[in-house]
Amino acid sequence: MGEMQELSTFWFVTVAAVKVVAVFTVVMGVVAYMTLAERRVSAFIQDRLGPNRVGPFGLLQPIADGIKNIIKEETMPGTAAKFYFVLGPALAIMPAVVTIAVIPFAAPLPTPVGTVDMVVADVPIGILYILALSSLAVYGIVLSGWASNNKYAFLGGLRASAQMISYEVALGLSVIAVLLLVGNVTLTETVWKQQQLGMWFVFPLSLAFVFFLISALAETNRLPFDMPEAESELITGYHTEYSAMKFSMFFIAEYAHVVTASALLATLFFGGWDIPFWTGDDMFRHESGWIRGFDEAGAPIPATPSVLITLLTLGAFCAKTGFFLLLYIWIRWTLPRFRYDQVMHLGWKVLLPGALGYVMLVAGTMLVLDQLEVPFGPVYGGVLTAVSGVTTLAFLLFVDRDRVIAGAHRKRNLARRRAGLPAEAGDPAVSS
Amino acid sequence: MAKSYIPLLIILGVTVLNAAGMAAASHILNPRRPTPQKAMPYESGMIPLGDTRHRFSIKFYMVAISFIVFDLETIFLVPWAVRVRELGWGPFVAVFFFVVVLAVGLVYEWKKGGLEWE
Repeated sequence: MGEMQELSTFWFVTVAAVKVVAVFTVVMGVVAYMTLAERRVSAFIQDRLGPNRVGPFGLLQPIADGIKNIIKEETMPGTAAKFYFVLGPALAIMPAVVTIAVIPFAAPLPTPVGTVDMVVADVPIGILYILALSSLAVYGIVLSGWASNNKYAFLGGLRASAQMISYEVALGLSVIAVLLLVGNVTLTETVWKQQQLGMWFVFPLSLAFVFFLISALAETNRLPFDMPEAESELITGYHTEYSAMKFSMFFIAEYAHVVTASALLATLFFGGWDIPFWTGDDMFRHESGWIRGFDEAGAPIPATPSVLITLLTLGAFCAKTGFFLLLYIWIRWTLPRFRYDQVMHLGWKVLLPGALGYVMLVAGTMLVLDQLEVPFGPVYGGVLTAVSGVTTLAFLLFVDRDRVIAGAHRKRNLARRRAGLPAEAGDPAVSS
Repeated sequence: MAKSYIPLLIILGVTVLNAAGMAAASHILNPRRPTPQKAMPYESGMIPLGDTRHRFSIKFYMVAISFIVFDLETIFLVPWAVRVRELGWGPFVAVFFFVVVLAVGLVYEWKKGGLEWE
């Protein structure tokens, strides 16, 4: 029971290949149906029907789109740099799919040949690998914008690079806050530490979650940060000159980034595959085998991997990731686009100093808690939650400064006052 | 631990094959009927004037330089962050001063107008 059954090298490679193919297929399937979900949800939000003709509820629409994109004619500007023009979309699509390999998606699965980690590659560099590869995505966009030899595409590529590198700083710093609590850079340990703490990191690190969510939106070039393809200014930005399959490769890349970002949000801040309010699924690879936790003496308690737990945790992970996918669509069709200078100001003047200060605050709080010899558990997390909650509230009120939360109300009353009418009852702006 | 990197190589291979396959499939299947109009860059229907390879705003370079500074800072913070509880207060103070120095740099850039976009 709980003894580590190591896979032999042959089975390790075979199982790895199976996992790669499975994960790749699932990601591509999710991407295809994200395009449909995006259109159906936007239709729902705008009180329309959306695509519902191809198959039941339009479910075959992604397949029809795919076929159409493959057999359509492609154009390429005569003045384009041909090699880089073709390389651009390929470079855009690769990092998005590769990064998902280090995200654990379920508890380990027992098989006749040994216990299999439910992560494509449990590499010791984990989060660093994600940070490194996701920043490669900017190359695809810049190269295709430059190679198109189109002024709008070029501007879109430039904007994309400046925006993505600006938000990468804030993204990296909010991940540092997670690393403080985890004490390692692997994502399997991130899940394990959240199980040990007894709460998901979204509570003790709430401000890091806010920063990460904003930066992830900016990194994936989704609204409200879709400067690189602001169609009212730049036609469609860096992919203006792309048509047919190369165009849809950019779309696949964008949605694959959204899937990866959602999976990361779920793993870093929402416990990954952890099922809430149940410790039966806690499992981690310790030196001696799979463990469930430590008893009072500090000795490891062995855990028993089972197929049922694997399936349940897989369901939990999919539910969490699916929630963030929907959140992405929801945000896109709710918020208007920022101006470019606003985007850069938010990144450099708000998120960067905020994240730096927050990392120091969390580290300081943790050291004080360790000084007081508070054990790593609910009390530890509770204190951090209180500190972070206050900080998050202060941050949101500072960023808002009565513009959004009380903004509409204020503006309406301002208009009423100009017109010589009394302000509406209960107006905070009048009493002050 | 080198074994754990093998799956990464496999998924990299699958992704490269996938990207190449997509490009190749559409290259084989799609029709090609080029006309001079199709080969012109699309700039809102206007006939493109001049060349794209112009000089562009220095702001983009400024952002790139600042990015390198602060991204490196992030990477320098990682080794301390994963061992913060074992290391204790001494390294915390050291990192605090490191962050303060860079924050002063950010304030300087801010006051000099390096972060402004008009």
